[in-house]
Amino acid sequence: MTDTLIPLTKKDFTSDQEVRWCPGCGDYSILAQTQKTMPDFGVPRENIVFISGIGCSGRLPYYMNTYGFHTIHGRAPTLATGLKAARPELMVWVITGDGDALSIGGNHVIHSMRRNVDIRLIMFNNRIYGLTKGQASPTSEFGKKTKSTPSGTVDTPIMPLSVALTAEATFVARSVDTQTEHLQETLFAAGNHRGSAFVEVLQNCNIFNDGAWRSFTDKDVRDDRMLVLKHGQPMVFGKEHDKGIRLRGLQPEVVELGDDVSMADVLVHDETDQALAYLLSRMFYPDFPVPVGVLHRTSRPTHDQLVTAQIDDAIAKSGKGDLSKLLFSGETWTVS
Amino acid sequence: MVQELDRVTIRFAGDSGDGMQLTGTQFTRTAAVYGNDIATLPDYPAEIRAPAGSLPGVSGFQISFSSSDIHTPGDAPDVLVAMNPAALKTNVGDLPPGGALIVNSDAFSSANLAKAGYASNPLTDGSLQAWTVFEIPISALNERSLDGLDMTSKQKDLTKNFFALGIMFWLYERSMDPTLKWITAKFGSKPVLAEANTRALKAGYAFGETTEIFHTHYRVKPANLPPGTYRNITGNEATALGMVAAAQLAQRPLFYGSYPITPASDILHQLSTYKHFGVKTFQAEDEIAAIGSAIGASYGGALGLTASSGPGIALKTEAMGLAVMVELPLVVIDVQRAGPSTGMPTKIEQSDLLQVMYGRNGDAPMPVVAPATPGECFDYAVEAWRIALKYMTPVAYLSDAFLATGSEPWKVPAVADLPSIAVDNWTDKDTFRPYLRDPETLARPWAVPGTPGLEHRIGGLEKADITGSISYDPDNHHRMTMLRHEKVANIANDIPDLQVYGPSRGDVLVLGWGSTYGALRSAVERLHADGKAVSHAQLRHLNPFPRNTGDVLGSFRRVLMPEVNMGQLRHLIRDRYLVDAIGLNKVRGKPFRIAEIEAAVRLLLDEDSSR
Repeated sequence: MTDTLIPLTKKDFTSDQEVRWCPGCGDYSILAQTQKTMPDFGVPRENIVFISGIGCSGRLPYYMNTYGFHTIHGRAPTLATGLKAARPELMVWVITGDGDALSIGGNHVIHSMRRNVDIRLIMFNNRIYGLTKGQASPTSEFGKKTKSTPSGTVDTPIMPLSVALTAEATFVARSVDTQTEHLQETLFAAGNHRGSAFVEVLQNCNIFNDGAWRSFTDKDVRDDRMLVLKHGQPMVFGKEHDKGIRLRGLQPEVVELGDDVSMADVLVHDETDQALAYLLSRMFYPDFPVPVGVLHRTSRPTHDQLVTAQIDDAIAKSGKGDLSKLLFSGETWTVS
Repeated sequence: MVQELDRVTIRFAGDSGDGMQLTGTQFTRTAAVYGNDIATLPDYPAEIRAPAGSLPGVSGFQISFSSSDIHTPGDAPDVLVAMNPAALKTNVGDLPPGGALIVNSDAFSSANLAKAGYASNPLTDGSLQAWTVFEIPISALNERSLDGLDMTSKQKDLTKNFFALGIMFWLYERSMDPTLKWITAKFGSKPVLAEANTRALKAGYAFGETTEIFHTHYRVKPANLPPGTYRNITGNEATALGMVAAAQLAQRPLFYGSYPITPASDILHQLSTYKHFGVKTFQAEDEIAAIGSAIGASYGGALGLTASSGPGIALKTEAMGLAVMVELPLVVIDVQRAGPSTGMPTKIEQSDLLQVMYGRNGDAPMPVVAPATPGECFDYAVEAWRIALKYMTPVAYLSDAFLATGSEPWKVPAVADLPSIAVDNWTDKDTFRPYLRDPETLARPWAVPGTPGLEHRIGGLEKADITGSISYDPDNHHRMTMLRHEKVANIANDIPDLQVYGPSRGDVLVLGWGSTYGALRSAVERLHADGKAVSHAQLRHLNPFPRNTGDVLGSFRRVLMPEVNMGQLRHLIRDRYLVDAIGLNKVRGKPFRIAEIEAAVRLLLDEDSSR
């Protein structure tokens, strides 16, 4: 008997450390939804590892009662890659932010995705550097005035999900800190995926960038300004379910359902279609409703599976390595 | 006529497309299998193919082989084989007067002479009078020996290095068998190439035997090495084997995270062929990912290993600090090369010592070990892991370009004679505290994910002593800093004393580290023959130093410290022991010559006697 047979609850995943984010921070919700979702996987706590980089998000592992490793700025995916290769049976989560993942750690995100490392990378996107007190981030909107860009940033923002898709991630999704049920669903889907999962969580930094996403996430506007994706379902949105996305040539467009446009004209979401997912990743408010949910999900062998298979093959071919034989291999001669 | 010699040093030099490294390696294998003691020094350009015939494109390989114990590839060649004018020009200055010079006269065209910057042909203008010149039309003779083979002239010309090798085999009474075997194995699927190389080799040999050019050939008897089974090994090969051995001895899988860099890449190439030993190799996207993945693997209970050279170590620095902070076992190999920045990637230098000692933010002590010969790279791979595992610490392992690519006969150890370095993971959840230390080693427990009840968090933030909770407490930070320092300093109690070669007290101690070993030892041997009270010691543990280091230093009137850097170990020694050590510092991308060391010691002795 092990204690893993008793169903775990959110409490089991809550560590004894006092949570130290600013009051009102979106991270509280992400932590709560993560802790709530964990029991649903049926994975023993000791087999779950949370690895983070630097930034406000980096503190999350301390609050999870699992194994946790708070590493250095941008490098969490690299430690996760090594851990997962060494210990394929572990469930590994990477917690990161927009600066950690897309500035200093951009290279590692790209390569962990293209390798299909079996990690769930959750990127808290608040479009600002919070821990260092308010500098522009790679997702800050063009022209944004911050402490480090008093005349406005001159950098075009990066589109995180487009990056993940072109880096060959096998699971790409987006959710919002305040939409707790949707966030739980998204985390659950990511957790059940085998391979590189990239989840962008739109998160509010109420101190340095308050309301960054409010223009489309607020309760009274979100139905008209967000598009909740469901695999196999037409892309319909709006309070009255009266708007949809239609393809004109290679470009999406927003259409009003009615006499001229029928449901049959509306794009149907297909998670397995990478090109469609890319098109969705380019859609953003105010030109388009912001897509949330799983944009892309596909399957290919994971990095640790491929590494392990090569080892198994080598052992099958030449037998388990014999150290003495190895040392005495090559041309030897004997002096008596 | 056969003349017996104790020791011969040959340098093969040619264009980097002429196959000089292969030629040198083949001669080395043959001499090694014959039972000579050997030492080799490859010297090649960083450019893959510099313009053919140009001075920067010259590639050389020096081998010294002997019937007695030798430590270096020789100060100067006895024989220089120059395959083109550029090779002649860049190497002939190293050939002592009277030395034998074998040249491929076919390569001395006006175009090649111009590329090498010769205004007139040295073969005819009398400028080579100081040497015994053997002009051989190697290209033409070789092409003739390949008559009838289905190959272009250009392809045929690529085998001329084996014609030259054949000549050298005849000249030094060597069997062609090891090379013939190698040809069969290498070109088995390409019969034309196998035939061409075989013919070239045999034609060169026959040329030596039948022509009247060489009046004498030479015999260098096998060396009287200690009994055992030997193989020829380079430092990089020994490093890779040592790492696999360490993993077997520790009974844990080896994970190797690495990014290609000269001169460390061969370790990756070799380890990637040991998959049947459970070795997982990972060619990372950059140096930081390489070390990050290794730390991740160590966190998971494997032996996380990474390697690079100076520029890559610079990139790994922050992660090395993380490993110090989270106190996980990790070995970081630095195969040093000439710096700073990109420097001279294929050239020799030992100038990263202070980088691995101090190149981190905060007080972040790390043990440092440094093998002194290619064969020792094996022993110190195991030693690095012994320390890393026992003390839960990252360890720096300093090799260099000379050790990495140079070779020597290596007495293969019996596996049963290797030390056991296995350590257990922590499993008891009642007594587990992430930073509760072993009272003797001060190591914290290694608690790996997957162990029920030990769920805990580690990271780069300062941790409270024992509990491992985040702590900004001033006294705690001071205590933890002291503990990290003490843990590494205490390793001094667990490493062998510094050995002194020669009298234990005397006039001069020649103190070195790393690949200078051979030149230092040989110089001191010569001085002993002259009755001088001079001794040699080579430090293999550079942090901490062996406990008796201070006593050894105090037993000599003078301490001379030759280093292929501006005096990095000397800084550490002077700092730690307040000894007025004298530096001998040369950074020419080349190893010390024995004569340079000997002269420096004699100068000191003369100074003292004239006082």
